[in-house]
Amino acid sequence: MRLFEYVAKGVLAKHGIPVPEGFVVTSAGQIRRIPGPVMVKAQVLVGGRGKAGGIKPAHNLDEARKAASQILGMDINGHVTKEVLLEQRLEAAKELYLGITIDRSHGSLLMMASPDGGMDIESVPEDRILMLPIDPLIGYQPYHARKVAAFMGLEKDLAAQVEHICQRLFELVIREDAELAEINPLVVTKDGKVVAGDAKVTIDSDALFRHPEYEKFEEDLTPLEAKAKSMDIAFVQLDGNIGVIANGAGLTMATLDSINMYGGKAGIFLDLGGTDDPEKVRKAMQLMLEANPKVVLLNIFGGITKCDTVAKGVLEAMEGKTVKVPIVARIKGVNEEEGREMLRSAGMIPASGLSEAAEKASQESLR
Amino acid sequence: MIRMAIMVDSNTKLLIQGITGYQGRYQSKAMMEFGTKVVAGVRFGKGGEKVNDIPVYNTVSEAVDATDANASCVFVPAPSCKDAALEAIDAGLSTIVIVTEHLPVLDAIHVVSVARAKGIALIGPNCPGVASPGKSKVGILPNKIFREGNVGLVSRSGTLTYEIVNAITEHKIGQSTCVGIGGDRVSGTTFIEILEKFEKDKQTKKIVLVGEIGGTAEEEAAQYIKKKIKKPVVAYIAGRTAPPGKRMGHAGAIIARGRGTAESKIKALEDAGVKVAKFPTDVAELLSRE
Repeated sequence: MRLFEYVAKGVLAKHGIPVPEGFVVTSAGQIRRIPGPVMVKAQVLVGGRGKAGGIKPAHNLDEARKAASQILGMDINGHVTKEVLLEQRLEAAKELYLGITIDRSHGSLLMMASPDGGMDIESVPEDRILMLPIDPLIGYQPYHARKVAAFMGLEKDLAAQVEHICQRLFELVIREDAELAEINPLVVTKDGKVVAGDAKVTIDSDALFRHPEYEKFEEDLTPLEAKAKSMDIAFVQLDGNIGVIANGAGLTMATLDSINMYGGKAGIFLDLGGTDDPEKVRKAMQLMLEANPKVVLLNIFGGITKCDTVAKGVLEAMEGKTVKVPIVARIKGVNEEEGREMLRSAGMIPASGLSEAAEKASQESLR
Repeated sequence: MIRMAIMVDSNTKLLIQGITGYQGRYQSKAMMEFGTKVVAGVRFGKGGEKVNDIPVYNTVSEAVDATDANASCVFVPAPSCKDAALEAIDAGLSTIVIVTEHLPVLDAIHVVSVARAKGIALIGPNCPGVASPGKSKVGILPNKIFREGNVGLVSRSGTLTYEIVNAITEHKIGQSTCVGIGGDRVSGTTFIEILEKFEKDKQTKKIVLVGEIGGTAEEEAAQYIKKKIKKPVVAYIAGRTAPPGKRMGHAGAIIARGRGTAESKIKALEDAGVKVAKFPTDVAELLSRE
């Protein structure tokens, strides 16, 4: 679960990391006074908001209200701005980068640091970025922070401030179950303070059972997405017109790839996870018909359930509905023939293999 | 007669943690039908009961004392899964398969690091498990898709693994061992560790690697294959047309530096002499040409 900047900064502050003074509003009228010159920042969960005009400086109350009303409602890369953060403007002498994330190769946490923070961090040469895996058996120790400060080329007092922030950021990751905690830029102000200029924190959604306090920050979902989520079905909207239902991430991706090979394009896809539970298949089919694609492709690899049982679920989903779209169905497993016959007699297009199903669905979509 | 294979074979004496749940009940029966020696189940508070004629114990160490179990299959739900896996490690089991999905990543890091330090074979979390046809199976892979033979398969996926195993079995190509290492970011076993075992295993003559986009495990495996693997390798990579995920931080991009995509993985594998299939079902044909 990704947190808005102002929520992330609240989490940073809770763990003792300095952040600029600020507050969040949903309308310009809510701004009563400002703590000197401020930055007005769109609160959206997407990158590139600075380049899109979602961050503006303001020197006085009038300018702040004007900037806020310009930014509120702004569409930033498909995300509509509903809140803006107004915060004290930092006079930066230097911008650093500090982050902690998952190191898949080492199976550990990874501390990342650079003396060259800011908007272009992704194009900073590799030798200017320190990658420091934290061995889980050793755990975070002060020497990790000393390495970071030395790599950033910092002197005594600044080094001490950065070392403190490293330790607190690591504690934050552990205590909050964060899979990403990133401060970019980590600002060194002209008066020698180290402050988090921006904050990106993502809480591991698999760990939310330990953090009920995040429940109130529900993600911004469309009705269909919310419905899919409540059924524990992964829902993704692409720009094609074939609605795909499959079970398991790898098989779903392989199905999309196969459609593409035959010239088709997937629209919505639903991934049931590694299950062939007929009830879940039925619900997914209902959801897909609500989404109204041009063609539906159902690809279920039956591990546990027999194919005729899965087919029965599919037919139940369509009961009482007039379905005009072609449905290509492929269910693999025990009693495959019976399942296929049931689908055929209900007017669907059965397929026996993944490639055949992808080919048929693509043909139908190009008609 | 003892019949050897990598990871699990006829020496495997399995206990099942979480045997009294729906999955535990169903899958313990399926494993026995496959030929696995399932000797015990564990569920605190249900000691003394039986599930599918398998005795249930309150703790792992009690089960090990009574049955000499040497492996565990974990079905315990995510919130208690770290505890269960560490209990199994502490009780001295040498092979642990964690089927449970949605394990918090920090829990996975903890369990995986302890298992590595103690030299325990840990597979998963969020994995379908391991099957050595004709010998033993630990996990949830469907029994009917296998055929005994000489292809070793390693995969990060679940149902896609079934799809490919099923396709090669339909071509009358059998398998020595199939290992689903799991699709989570932090896993107990890497492609490289399994490739090394297949290279040494006498029964395995050819290898299949099934990967997917994200991370750099396939690129690392390709490097290893180039240097160390003499047996022919066929691969399939899922996600050629997957949409780029909505990204927030820069950390992922800084680490990946252009790796992690299907193109990058396919190129790395082809550079290492691996034949990469276009469709999952093409794996069988590529294998028969090798």
